Amino acid sequence: MDIEETAVKARAFSYFRAATIDQALDAHARAGDDARFIAGGQSLVPALSLRLQAPRLLIDITHIDEMRGVRREGGYLRIGALTRHCEMLSEPLVAEFAPLLHAAAPFVAHPAIRNRGTFGGSVALADPASEFPAMTLALDAEIEIVGPTGRRRVKADDFFLDLFETALQPGELITAIYVPLFKADQRFAFDELARRRGDYAMVGCGIMATCAGDRINDIRISFFSVGNTPTRVKGAEATLIGSSLDAERIAAAQAALEGDLAPPDSDEVPPAMRLHLARVLLGRLLGRLGESA
Amino acid sequence: MSGFDEIVLDDADETVRVRFVVNGRKVACEVAPRETLVDCLRNALELTGTHAGCEMGACGACLVQLDGRVVHSCLMFAVQADGAKINTIEGLTESGVIADLQAEFHRRNALQCGFCTPGMLVNAHELLSRVAQPSRGEIRDALSGNYCRCTGYEAIVDAIDAVAKARSESGGTT
Ligand SMILES: Cc1cc2nc3c(=O)[nH]c(=O)nc-3n(C[C@H](O)[C@H](O)[C@H](O)COP(=O)(O)OP(=O)(O)OC[C@H]3O[C@@H](n4cnc5c(N)ncnc54)[C@H](O)[C@@H]3O)c2cc1C
Ligand code: FES
Ligand code: FES
Repeated sequence: MDIEETAVKARAFSYFRAATIDQALDAHARAGDDARFIAGGQSLVPALSLRLQAPRLLIDITHIDEMRGVRREGGYLRIGALTRHCEMLSEPLVAEFAPLLHAAAPFVAHPAIRNRGTFGGSVALADPASEFPAMTLALDAEIEIVGPTGRRRVKADDFFLDLFETALQPGELITAIYVPLFKADQRFAFDELARRRGDYAMVGCGIMATCAGDRINDIRISFFSVGNTPTRVKGAEATLIGSSLDAERIAAAQAALEGDLAPPDSDEVPPAMRLHLARVLLGRLLGRLGESA
Repeated sequence: MSGFDEIVLDDADETVRVRFVVNGRKVACEVAPRETLVDCLRNALELTGTHAGCEMGACGACLVQLDGRVVHSCLMFAVQADGAKINTIEGLTESGVIADLQAEFHRRNALQCGFCTPGMLVNAHELLSRVAQPSRGEIRDALSGNYCRCTGYEAIVDAIDAVAKARSESGGTT
């Protein structure tokens, strides 16, 4: 057999290391959009090696300073797209102002992958089984996009469109993600169910709630690994707003999931099992949220 | 000002010159952009201690230290590492920083065929330089991306655990 057929090797491409956003956008356009931006490469390199993708040009965006760093900006924490998964664990500003992301980070892949994978790359890829894209929904985050037509900010609610499909157009870059600062009257919870630590979850969930004492004034519940996109469960959210987290309300929220989620057919995790796991997970997380008062 | 040369698009498999510091020595080599770092280390630099297993990030045989952090050398192209400092199992061995780990792996039969061992050692080295006294749970967590087809992991965890304890008894990490 021809070695090219069996080897895990990428097709030939050219490589360009961009120093600025303008250079990256310009290179993309000049390659006739037959190009890919590479950040951490932790999803893109396997895709190239398996020849699922074969662009003419690879544009390395990891040396663009403007896309780095974590800082407060108004009522938001601005997390540069190039922030690595491991920095979500080590950066004190994330722990203080976006604790839900800090809590989710240890569940993203393995340590060596967290050392290279980037927050912006994870959001751009929009893998429905990934932790961070779903957390941007729970956090009501905004995604800053720069492209040939200028700069805009898109709410996470409007960003994830379908399987691996987002509001990002070809040739556009995510520069940063803006997360509303965590406040004293807010509570959060995160967990996932996976067969082994580090594996993609069978079901996972993150919750952000704004409370007045025991009363829930606002809640955003976002699941991953339940369908084509990260998914907010608005039926379950509605059953909880205006009430406290007693056993009866939690059961009502769990029951509402049946209307909120339509898990896809899968041999590994059949839809009924996934729905069951989602109910179990939601029950646990709401229980924890109630205790964290 | 774009900094982007139209020419690079036309000769995709033309090699480019990259420079890194590998195991403390400056090296330069010619690589095609599509050549992964693991292939560059093993072929051009003849550092075959770094193993290529799955070549898609799943097994951990290819771990190296890049600018002080453990990464999969199959999940990056050599051109991306231009300008970086890389330590492979050969460098860590020569410098003696993992001598105790290696001795303990040997003593406890924490390797059989040895295919996974370089990745295990590079990862264990990073873990112990960050966390002086990891719990067994933390050790397992750190190794969650390293496959071993032979040992069943228990002896590997034992060896790392024993070295962590020995190092902290002898007053700190190396
Ligand atoms: C073995 C293994 C296990 C994993 N397990 C998990 C897991 O449990 N959970 C999880 O969430 N992830 C997991 N991952 C994926 C990992 O988290 C990736 O790092 C992440 O999905 C993509 O980030 P990246 O920076 O590596 O992106 P890249 O691989 O560089 O890019 C991914 C895609 O996004 C585009 N892109 C990247 N950055 C930008 C940007 N700023 N603007 C526009 N487009 C951009 C690229 O063009 C490409 O199409 C795993 C990966 C591996 C190999
Ligand atoms: S060869 Fe790199 S992880 Fe398997
Ligand atoms: S010793 Fe054989 S794979 Fe680990």
